[in-house]
Amino acid sequence: MNKKTLLLGDEALALGAIHAGLTGVYAYPGTPSTEITEFIQQHPLARERDIHSTWSANEKTAMEAAIGASYAGKRALVCMKHVGMNVCADAFVNSAMTGANGGLVVTACDDPSMHSSQNEQDSRFYAEFAMMPCFEPSSQQEAYRMIGQAYDFSEKYHIPVLMRMTTRMAHSRAVVETGDVRDENQLHFPENPRQWVLLPANAKVRNVQLIKDYAEFEAQSETMGNNKYIDGADKSMGIIACGIAYNYLMENCPYGCPFPVLKISQYPLPKAMIRRMAAECKSILVMEEGQPLVEMRLKGVLDTPVEIKGRLDGSLPRTGELTPDCVRAALGMAPLPQGEASQVTVPRPPALCQGCGHRDFYTALNNVVKPIESTRVFSDIGCYTLGWLAPYHAFHTCVEMGASVTMAVGAANSGVHPSVAVIGDSTFTHSGMTGLLDAVNSKANVTICISDNLTTGMTGGQDSACTGKLENICMGLGVEPEHVRVIIPLPKNYEEMERVIREEINYKGVSVIIARRECIQTAKRHAAQMKKDSTIPNLKSPQRQ
Amino acid sequence: MKQDIILCGVGGQGILSIATVIGWAALDQNLYLKQAEVHGMSQRGGDVQSNLRISSEPIHSDLIPLGGCDMIVSLEPMEALRYLPYLKQDGWIITSTTPFVNIPNYPEIEKINAELDKVKNVIKLDVEAIAKEVQSPRSANMVLLGATASVLNILEPDKLVEGITNVFGRKGQAIVDTNIAAFRAGYEHGCNQR
Repeated sequence: MNKKTLLLGDEALALGAIHAGLTGVYAYPGTPSTEITEFIQQHPLARERDIHSTWSANEKTAMEAAIGASYAGKRALVCMKHVGMNVCADAFVNSAMTGANGGLVVTACDDPSMHSSQNEQDSRFYAEFAMMPCFEPSSQQEAYRMIGQAYDFSEKYHIPVLMRMTTRMAHSRAVVETGDVRDENQLHFPENPRQWVLLPANAKVRNVQLIKDYAEFEAQSETMGNNKYIDGADKSMGIIACGIAYNYLMENCPYGCPFPVLKISQYPLPKAMIRRMAAECKSILVMEEGQPLVEMRLKGVLDTPVEIKGRLDGSLPRTGELTPDCVRAALGMAPLPQGEASQVTVPRPPALCQGCGHRDFYTALNNVVKPIESTRVFSDIGCYTLGWLAPYHAFHTCVEMGASVTMAVGAANSGVHPSVAVIGDSTFTHSGMTGLLDAVNSKANVTICISDNLTTGMTGGQDSACTGKLENICMGLGVEPEHVRVIIPLPKNYEEMERVIREEINYKGVSVIIARRECIQTAKRHAAQMKKDSTIPNLKSPQRQ
Repeated sequence: MKQDIILCGVGGQGILSIATVIGWAALDQNLYLKQAEVHGMSQRGGDVQSNLRISSEPIHSDLIPLGGCDMIVSLEPMEALRYLPYLKQDGWIITSTTPFVNIPNYPEIEKINAELDKVKNVIKLDVEAIAKEVQSPRSANMVLLGATASVLNILEPDKLVEGITNVFGRKGQAIVDTNIAAFRAGYEHGCNQR
């Protein structure tokens, strides 16, 4: 059954989950995690088994649905980018309190260096905070293997497991050898039903138990084999290498590392292994992707007898992802000979696609609101965030999913007019709807613009939760039907678009303007698909079955 | 044996199909491979690169170190220059000569060419014109792959042709043929400039 396949880290994890008997994946798209769910959506075995893989409205609904699947005894997977952890934090932290019945694995893909994100937060802190074990594979092969192990762990200890990956592994391909396929779990309910009712009386009991269990998780970190102590002759320094940091270390030590190395892929930290290193080595260099969690835990507040080096003392950069080069420097090795950087090249930032509807919407909006000096435009997360750049400079803020609507409300409450929100359709259903309800209830004087491209664009064109429902959602939340306006963002419509925007800004109350035109990337794909379907009528694409 | 390649260009140009063909051939030859890609925001018309590492021994890092790259393969001439600090002293640049101008301050092409000519080992090709010459106008990236094959030691050109056959096979024989024609034309141009 063993087979070699070339897989992204995301795909290796997804395939490992399918082979481990997954029953449902619950996720909202977000770079660098999107490909996990997409892989499951298209995998033949997942289709044959009818594994649930429809996108969730946001990370919180995803996490909660997965807790429900775990309650029913099935194996469930939740996937998100690191900032999605903030959205699902309530459900995530409390899932450690209910514990797991069927195996429950939460995958957070962190984005150090912020390639496609607004911060560099490190999801390992969440695992520690929730008293949950965390697995951090260092290779695609480990991602495949460790997710199966995470499900077994989750069921054995009745605890959800956090799988942490980072951009570089999530989006890198390598050869993966796959193993046996396990059946799905049968439906079965928890042995201890009280634990799933988090009334204070029950939760207090569970809290004490969870703390006891955490000691067992620590013991498992020492013995399960995911953390390895590899001795070395040169005890002037010991190295703790977490996750993919191990790869950068070994890249620079092709003939083996002279120093003792502790390879970490499972948390809580293996204290005995760390104590051994501290006892045997003069100093410890901590290499970890993301924030200096391990380094801080080792350092504490008071001086340690062993010198601790890492991101905090400047041995490694304080921000950004690790590279073979910064690790090389931390090891005290001279850089390889290299050429000079070209003086001719200039930056090439990403931009909205030619022909994109967001462009036409921003043009019309700018024509109306730019002349009004008091205007403030609050935008959101998506392709349309690129409208901050030249030539549009179309808005003043972008914070997190859904904040456009609520910030516009808060600013309007404080006297800003015009107070305009710009949000995409998928972001609106992710986290904008509740804010719109606040706006309606407080009769805020805001103009909410939903730039509806009928897809989740930035992550590559996944289904959007409100397609075909958007006007009804807005009216259902209480926006007056005559102030739910739809425009088609095309250059030929500028005059009409500007008239509608002007009318709704002048209306003293909540208005919604929906600028609707399909994303040109998905439109191209749909056109190609239609052409294919019409020329080869008998050839059905597997994606459409 | 090990070869480290930086594939680069502008988001949407199709560097990943080059990587897919090389990946297929490497897997077929039982070689180790790591290929770090760029997904997400940068794909919207920004600069994109993929670190492609092929080796007969296990590979640790997904990223190529500074000064460690054997060849820069670029679908755009200015993008080829962006990664010079990664190139080994005797490394190769194989690049398309057609600028992709989607920024207002794109440098003068003469300056780019002058900078490229300073590099010891360069293969410059008008991949689009070559693709048109062999009636494969949509296979410019396979022309570039063909030229790369002329200096790539770790994989035989025939293996890459097999890769093209397998990667494009489900699109039909006609598509396979035009891609192979483009590959062969690029290979010939590469050999002539070597």
